[in-house]
Amino acid sequence: MKNNILYTFLVALFLFSSNTAFAADSGSGSNILNLSLWGLAILVIFFLIIQVSDNLIRIEAKESGLDNKSQASVSLFPSFSNMFSAKKPSYVKEGSFYALKAGHDIALEGIAAKVVNAGAATTYAIQPQNFVGISPIPKVTVAVGDEVKAGDVVCFDKKRPNIKYVAPVSGEVIAVNRGAKRSIKEVVILADKEINYKSFPTLDLANTSREALVNHLLESGAWTMINQRPFGIIPDATDVPKAVFISTFDSAPLAPDLNFVVAGQGAAFQKGLDVLGMLTEGSVHLGLDARGTDAPSTVFTDATGVEKHWFHGKHPVGNVGIQIHHVSPIAGDDKVWTLGVQEVITIGKLFTEGKFDASRIIAVTGAEASTPAYVSTYLGANIGALAGTVGDNVRLVSGDVLSGVQKSKEEFLDFRDDQITTIKEGNEYEMFGWLAPMDARPSVSQTFLSGLVDVTYEANTNTHGEKRAFVVTGQYEKVLPMDIYPQHLMKAIIVNDFERMDGLGINELLEEDVALCEFACTSKQPLQSILREGLEIMREQA
Amino acid sequence: MGLLDTLKKIEPDKKESPFLHTLYDGFFTFAFAPDHVTKGGTHIKDGIDLKRTMVIVVLAMQLCYLFGSINIGHQHFSALGLYSGFVQGLHLKLAYGLVKLIPIFVVTHLVGLGIEFWYAAKKGHAIEEGFLVSGALIPLIMPPDVPLLWLAMAVAFAVIIGKEAFGGTGMNILNVALLARVFIFFAYPTTISGDEVWVAGLAKPEAGAMVEYGAIFTGFFNPLFESLGFTSFFDPTATVIDGYTGATPLSLAYQGGWENVTRVYSESQMWWGAIPGSIGETSKPLILAGAGILIATGIASWRIMLSMFVGAAVMAMLLNAWDATPFMSVPWYYQFWMGSFFFAMAFMATDPVTAASTNRGKIIYGFLIGFVGMIIRVLNPAYPEGWMLAILFMNVFAPLIDHYVLDANMTRRMNRANA
Repeated sequence: MKNNILYTFLVALFLFSSNTAFAADSGSGSNILNLSLWGLAILVIFFLIIQVSDNLIRIEAKESGLDNKSQASVSLFPSFSNMFSAKKPSYVKEGSFYALKAGHDIALEGIAAKVVNAGAATTYAIQPQNFVGISPIPKVTVAVGDEVKAGDVVCFDKKRPNIKYVAPVSGEVIAVNRGAKRSIKEVVILADKEINYKSFPTLDLANTSREALVNHLLESGAWTMINQRPFGIIPDATDVPKAVFISTFDSAPLAPDLNFVVAGQGAAFQKGLDVLGMLTEGSVHLGLDARGTDAPSTVFTDATGVEKHWFHGKHPVGNVGIQIHHVSPIAGDDKVWTLGVQEVITIGKLFTEGKFDASRIIAVTGAEASTPAYVSTYLGANIGALAGTVGDNVRLVSGDVLSGVQKSKEEFLDFRDDQITTIKEGNEYEMFGWLAPMDARPSVSQTFLSGLVDVTYEANTNTHGEKRAFVVTGQYEKVLPMDIYPQHLMKAIIVNDFERMDGLGINELLEEDVALCEFACTSKQPLQSILREGLEIMREQA
Repeated sequence: MGLLDTLKKIEPDKKESPFLHTLYDGFFTFAFAPDHVTKGGTHIKDGIDLKRTMVIVVLAMQLCYLFGSINIGHQHFSALGLYSGFVQGLHLKLAYGLVKLIPIFVVTHLVGLGIEFWYAAKKGHAIEEGFLVSGALIPLIMPPDVPLLWLAMAVAFAVIIGKEAFGGTGMNILNVALLARVFIFFAYPTTISGDEVWVAGLAKPEAGAMVEYGAIFTGFFNPLFESLGFTSFFDPTATVIDGYTGATPLSLAYQGGWENVTRVYSESQMWWGAIPGSIGETSKPLILAGAGILIATGIASWRIMLSMFVGAAVMAMLLNAWDATPFMSVPWYYQFWMGSFFFAMAFMATDPVTAASTNRGKIIYGFLIGFVGMIIRVLNPAYPEGWMLAILFMNVFAPLIDHYVLDANMTRRMNRANA
């Protein structure tokens, strides 16, 4: 529709300008001029007829349900977005293809080498504060000195006692550390050399009801693998999601290559997908990577019983929130479940092997890591041990540099993270650093010459400026490929305008989705924490 | 880092002397990017900050500054019938222009920054960079002979009423630089309109009128140029030549259409900007070069610039079609040869704080500025140019435009929920 109006407008404009430009001469009765104007008028009438019929075709297509995004356009005209967007790679054979324009890839130094080393971590922890909405002091069912098996219950929330948080490894509970106001910060387990698993029955999916399946997941702790949008919480046992979304690639800076991570795990991944398929009333959607020249792993491309969607673009294209927005946006009271690839495998192994297997392959990345590579370990591993030796003035981050959490060497990987980033602290003054910086630094803006060439940056944690009021506009939209106005949403959150927050799509976002906006922000506004404030307000209202 | 240590040592105490501390902080953060590190949220931050954003806009105007200062002198000597080539007597033109421009620049910044600093100290926050751009824009949109006292009052009005009253940088509704201009325009309507104000140093653009050079020209520059070996000097006996008007192309066009304009100014003269006007607005190619910098760096919105051009062109075409007065019949494309359209487009309409803030809204906002501004220019004899009023007018409407754009977004989402 939009294009039509544009076309007609352009033609009218052209006709108008030619009429007026020659108006002075027309009095003299120039034949060629008159003829050409007549010709033009006939062309426009012809064009308008085609336009009207094109509109009618589209209306008809919409009414008969042919107008699907994944299908070829029914219009007679190519749309602007189709003409200029990226071409579909040849390996995309089934499923829909989305080319997203907004976004920005931050190329940092220290990408993980494609080898898997054995992780050196000996201690692992469950950190209740990883879970949104859990009460600060959950009921811890183990005491220091207890022996646990992988899959034994460690704690549960008194508000929702049926959701069990279980030990990722077997071993001895060596500490229950408390944080501010006596909240439980972490339950630390010293792992056995050989992990002992609590054994669970391997259910036959064909003969299991949804209720029994849910109970099995709750009992085994695998339920906690599920992240529910809106708000990013663990779902209630009674929640039935509209759909399940799994992004099979991560576009964040230095993110692990999930194709490499899942090698050889095809059966468990497929089993996990089958389980999730039984839990939703809709379908399981797989977001696939169409950015590279090579097709992604066959573990993903050969998955069955799922809807596949291919995505091409820049970060945050790999974020599941972006993919949901384009495939089937969260609207009204919709609930959507999302899982990471390794979390799906954990669920799958519960059914193929009968155990809670929280093994993880983690990418240790960043310019300050001594050997950036993958390590095999378990969920919630000690960060210092995995990261190896790092210098003094270095920050350890659980997750990526945009939405990860700063950790000390003694602390542990967060529940859903599969990456450790090491990055130099930027606590130095720099003369005229804002005007003529000494080193290349990543930027979404086009005000740095280094942006013109392909460089990988050795970034540091300096804020590169002070916090200011919102001044620049249109900046967030450039890096957020969603039909959302982030700046106006943030302002609505700041002034506590519920109706606007809801209307402008707060429920479609989690912190990771606006992280790139926060990075790009000229005014250095803390968008992720503003968004979380808004989400908490909405969650209390719901 | 000897300098850094020295600077750290002289830091005034924040409680005892808040104003001095604010001042110190402003200059210190200008010289040294602070050592702050990220805490919570993203661990790395984009290299750009507000200082860098603002300074790029200021850099984009530098060509206008250079040309403007020479053109002040050029217009002055044209009235006297001297040095008719643009580069003839360049030293005299530059000296004359700088003597006019530098006081305007200094007064603007003393008053504007002084008020900014005072408010920052009073509110206890860091000095914000907004006035960097406003302060650089204000001299460029003033007539060269603007009395400094009026200028000071205009700047004070713009900064206090236009910005600080709303909460400072990022909160203002109206464009600060244009507010200063509009204050001059409406506060002193009789002395600031007419043909004589656009050319510096003339009491009346009448033939035979004398020029009064101050001591700085005859007592300082003439001996200086003599010692440097120049052969041309400021001549206190020069008089305005016969037939000189000092009228701008716009007022000529209003009186007699495009033919009347081309009788006085050639097309290339108007395009390159060797014509009377506000200091920085005349040279179209140099302004477009600045606009190019702003678009290439992504600092200013190309949407606003493009749609404003389209809006003005469409309105000019409609006026061509109407064709009731000589000004209306000026071919639509020649409208862009006259006046300050490009300056308003590149530097005024694109101010992100006062423009519409949604991408779709920006297109509507720009289009309406072009549309309304052309109406004011052509149809209203009281105003020499339309863009100042059109932009201020649309500044007021920008939130409304955004409101409807956001409303459409909310309706789309609502429909999705109900579908």
